[in-house]
Amino acid sequence: MTSTLLDVSGVTLQYKTPRHLVTATYRVDFSVHQGDRYVILGPSGCGKSTLLKAVGGFMLPVEGSIRIRGREIDSPGPDRMMVFQEFEQLMPWKTVYQNVLFPMKVTRKFASAEAAARADAIIEKVGLAKFRDVYPHMLSGGMKMRVAIARAMALEPDILLMDEPFAALDALTRRTMQQELLSLWDQLRFTVLFVTHSIEEAIIVGSRILVLSPHPGRVRAELDAGDLDHNSIGKAEFGALSKRIHQLLFGDDHKHPAPEGARA
Amino acid sequence: MTADPQHNPARPEFEADLVDAGVIGDVERPLTVVERVVNNEAVQRLTILVAIIVIWELYARWLDNALLFPTFTETVKTFSKDIANGVLIDRTLTSLRTLALGYVFGLALAALLTTFAVASGIGTRILSTLTAMFNPLPAIALLPLALIWFGLGTPSLVFVIIHSVLWAVALNTLIGFRSVPETLRMSGRNLGLKGARYVGLILIPAAFPSILAGLKIGWAFAWRTLVAAELVFGVSSRSGGIGWYIFEARNDLDTATVFSGLLAVILIGLIVESVIFRALEARTVNLWGMQR
Repeated sequence: MTSTLLDVSGVTLQYKTPRHLVTATYRVDFSVHQGDRYVILGPSGCGKSTLLKAVGGFMLPVEGSIRIRGREIDSPGPDRMMVFQEFEQLMPWKTVYQNVLFPMKVTRKFASAEAAARADAIIEKVGLAKFRDVYPHMLSGGMKMRVAIARAMALEPDILLMDEPFAALDALTRRTMQQELLSLWDQLRFTVLFVTHSIEEAIIVGSRILVLSPHPGRVRAELDAGDLDHNSIGKAEFGALSKRIHQLLFGDDHKHPAPEGARA
Repeated sequence: MTADPQHNPARPEFEADLVDAGVIGDVERPLTVVERVVNNEAVQRLTILVAIIVIWELYARWLDNALLFPTFTETVKTFSKDIANGVLIDRTLTSLRTLALGYVFGLALAALLTTFAVASGIGTRILSTLTAMFNPLPAIALLPLALIWFGLGTPSLVFVIIHSVLWAVALNTLIGFRSVPETLRMSGRNLGLKGARYVGLILIPAAFPSILAGLKIGWAFAWRTLVAAELVFGVSSRSGGIGWYIFEARNDLDTATVFSGLLAVILIGLIVESVIFRALEARTVNLWGMQR
């Protein structure tokens, strides 16, 4: 396959808190192909959100490189649209329609008539046509999330970056949103990089799973999750994969290598 | 895990037919006119006003001393007389003109300072230090200095008004900018927004509740400072402002006119607060669900 879209190689990420210099990830390698539903899975402290921020261009690696379509990432840009966990990403002073339109307007990627048509079409697609002219504070959590996804999708980014987007939702809404994401993917075949700490969610949402171990985040495994979805939850395949990931993350039989040496 | 049947008896399952809830009428029904009128904020405010006026009138009549405390009716009579002959309107307009000048200059300076402050860390430090120094300093305390620098007249008034507006607005705007959620900032930067577009399209609307609070505080400070300053040195060039109107009346021991001047000050405050700022709030922060 020559369709490598995003290439992350040897990336070490560090950030400063007022008292410490934290190493979030250490020499992480992975590559995302066109059309992947690529999930980064790991316990808290494995630097998965930091990794996503780095792909978004919000921080630069201290070591290694991140390239999208062969171009080094050095700043945030609309070719990598982020969908955040918090609901605050929607602008409270804009209606659903204006929120979806806004990125297309400021980036001038589409002519204004086309942008308007696209905004309406995608709002229709995520099932919010009735709420087109409503302000975000009147929407439920799931609806806000759909608007956030819609506005990211409308821009047709090279890759969609999702940082635990369903973590703050209730279980039922989360399930619906996962299904919606999958059915949207079926229609549009976009590339998504998805961060989660839930093994189940990783298997359902992902086609490919990168397992990270914590403190600092290092690659533990990269697995194929194929076409497993909600319908396969009871199946042996699902259970086996889930168990395997569990082993990788928590298994006692495995000794973590020291961050220095060993893994280059 | 042995259940004690004495304390935890097995409970049979059951299904019930729904109780007829028809007796309470519609599940959702409009409130009666009386209920709605009583809950109306305007009606409540009006009632409070009427109560204050009644107490005022009764007390003044009981005191029966027009020099100390004129009645409401007398005050209103003087007020409407001075409105009719144009004196009060003229004085008020003079005050408002000076006020507008100072307010606009103050806002412009505040905008300049906060833009500088968000652009760099050192700018933030400078603004924080300046506001910490000057915000607690009463504008009126600068009046003697202003008189030395700018002489008797409008420039001195404008100077003290700018001082009273600037720090309140700048401080609130800066606080507002700082409290814009990180997610919102990142989603703005994600689109490649930078510099003035980033401030204008993301920071200002996101910080608007705070900015609006600053504008309100700034307005109240300015109005207060202006009236007080006019009371101190009153007339500038040919016509004085509303503070001068009050000051003159006091010299003549014309208490009803003093009251009518105060009434004008209060009325303007009320109008700006509950008409202009309220409308602005309804169209912005209330509509956006950023403030209740």
